[in-house]
Amino acid sequence: MTNFAHIAFYLAGAVAVLATVLAITRLVAVHALLYLIVSLLAVAVDFYIMGAPLLAALEVIIYAGAIVVLFVFVVMMLNLGTQARETERLWLTGRAWIGPAILSALLLAELIYLILRPPLLGSLSGVTSPKQIAIALYGPYVLGVELASMLLLGALVGACHLGRSSLSETEVQR
Amino acid sequence: MTSPHPIASIIGVLIVALSLSAFLIWVERRLLALWQDRYGPNRVGPFGLLQVVADMIKIFTKEDWIPPFADKPVFVIAPAIIMVTVLMSFAIIPVAPGIVVSDLNIGLLFVLGMSSLGVYSIVLAGWASGNKYSLLGGLRAAAQMISYEVFMGLSLMGVVLLAGTFNLTGIVKAQQNLWFVIPQFLGFVLFLIAGVAEARRLPFDLPEAEAELVAGFHSEYSGMKFGMFFVGEYLGITLISSMIAVLFLGGWMGPWLPPVVWFLVKVFAFLCFFILLRASLPRLRFDQLMSLGWKVMFPLALANLLVTGAVVVAMK
Amino acid sequence: MLSVIRTIWNVFLHTFHRRVTIQYPDKKSYMPPRSRHRIILSRDPDGGERCVACHLCSAVCPVDCIALQAKEDENGRRYPEFFRINFSRCIFCGFCEDACPTYAIQLTPDFEMAEYNRQNLVYEKEDLLIDGPGKYPGYNFWRVSGVQIGGKDKGEAENEAPPTDVHRLMP
Repeated sequence: MTNFAHIAFYLAGAVAVLATVLAITRLVAVHALLYLIVSLLAVAVDFYIMGAPLLAALEVIIYAGAIVVLFVFVVMMLNLGTQARETERLWLTGRAWIGPAILSALLLAELIYLILRPPLLGSLSGVTSPKQIAIALYGPYVLGVELASMLLLGALVGACHLGRSSLSETEVQR
Repeated sequence: MTSPHPIASIIGVLIVALSLSAFLIWVERRLLALWQDRYGPNRVGPFGLLQVVADMIKIFTKEDWIPPFADKPVFVIAPAIIMVTVLMSFAIIPVAPGIVVSDLNIGLLFVLGMSSLGVYSIVLAGWASGNKYSLLGGLRAAAQMISYEVFMGLSLMGVVLLAGTFNLTGIVKAQQNLWFVIPQFLGFVLFLIAGVAEARRLPFDLPEAEAELVAGFHSEYSGMKFGMFFVGEYLGITLISSMIAVLFLGGWMGPWLPPVVWFLVKVFAFLCFFILLRASLPRLRFDQLMSLGWKVMFPLALANLLVTGAVVVAMK
Repeated sequence: MLSVIRTIWNVFLHTFHRRVTIQYPDKKSYMPPRSRHRIILSRDPDGGERCVACHLCSAVCPVDCIALQAKEDENGRRYPEFFRINFSRCIFCGFCEDACPTYAIQLTPDFEMAEYNRQNLVYEKEDLLIDGPGKYPGYNFWRVSGVQIGGKDKGEAENEAPPTDVHRLMP
């Protein structure tokens, strides 16, 4: 547990908190989502420093990489009117965008440094390898995994059902 | 865990990756011309090699215009994201024994994570341009890349099962006796197709479909901002080719030649294959793309994972 | 699926095909004599200008790129005082050549007339006039036409009967 790991950890934590605050206060939905992404990435860095690289990677892939993309997708589809966008633009100056850039740059610098000095990475509490996580998941926690998979299966069936029924309704209406 | 000279290998990988992708501009134009019975650029310097320099000068000196209706900060950030994410992914590619920037033990997941962050570049560029065609391109990119990422990851899990690690150096070393392209042929084909879709290359270049969307997400971009998308695309296919070489074709392994040469030969072969795909196949329709992804590729990837898992368990 | 692979293979086989490109500045392709490119004004076998400034070419020109001014010399021969073709407008349709009654304006196979300055594409008469008769070597308009000019009275042209004497009653 070295000094640098501490500093990096708290810095990433501060970035996460700050980015989340900014995500809440933004007026343009897409900008808010961008801060949310920065916040998720900062949390991923914290996971990495704490010795859970698998968790960090999954955080990036699933939360930052998939779920928020869907959010952005929906916001883009809504196509907020130019009227609303104009009023929002009056409130929001372009300089506000320096924020995420600096925060992301900080994270990036940290990540690069950490990648360069891997011996420090697991120094907070020993690295957990993917194998250990897998063994834990399918050993003592198998019930939780099964419950989660049942839940997801239910959600999948529900989504299928909703999509199918709405389609057939429009077919009938025609 | 890491290479003995981290700074040297970072600079080396950066220089090689960037100059390779710049060189690819020339390679692509020459090869496309070859397969269309033309010559391509052959006037500037020997074999037209200095065409790259000419293109660079052109793109650097062009007017860099931001449309007044664009969302300026996002518009500026978007091209940077794709460069950063793709270049970060190069950090974990093992070029030869000892030549790797960072030998992460979750290397494969790192690449998947970075490629999933790369989507934002396209989506935000499409949104920030404030242009209907760009927005449509961004929407297409979001849907396409999320869908293909799913089975891109799944198609790699067979390799992970066989090698027993996410570490790319470990995966290469596990192919000492048999390259994974033979036991994981289905996974190889699936990853190849998903890789083309992730790099937004023909026949899956729907986000930029110049015939329908007037260049889609980058139609408002000019100058070096456009250049970053351009180089980002070439870096993307270089990355996918390197991944295929590392995961399925034994990375640096091969007889007689030095490891770095073997690696580069394999990467270059796949780059040529990507260009051949562009020369030969027409662009898909969007619903065809989606149904191909979810109804054919996804079940195949799941079945591949299932069978591989069963075989691995049975072998033990 | 198989057809996709066959397509890729067939395109790959083009690696070994002959390239159809002609390496232009080094090797020039054959231009047929009647191909329509740079416009010239030709001369009689005697060396006089063929153009009689009838304005038919400028009237027929679909893009209005020909401008000329008629004048008459001391012998009664009509000729263009100036003759201007704006090649940045010209579409090389060849209508002017068809309309010309004296074979003066002709299109030639030379197409290398690119310029850096657009103004240089406006050709004046001295740029257009050539020293020879072009595609019609033996033809001389003033020799075959019945028009009276200095040095050639009525009835003196080739294949021309002497003019009828209106004061006589014989048919």
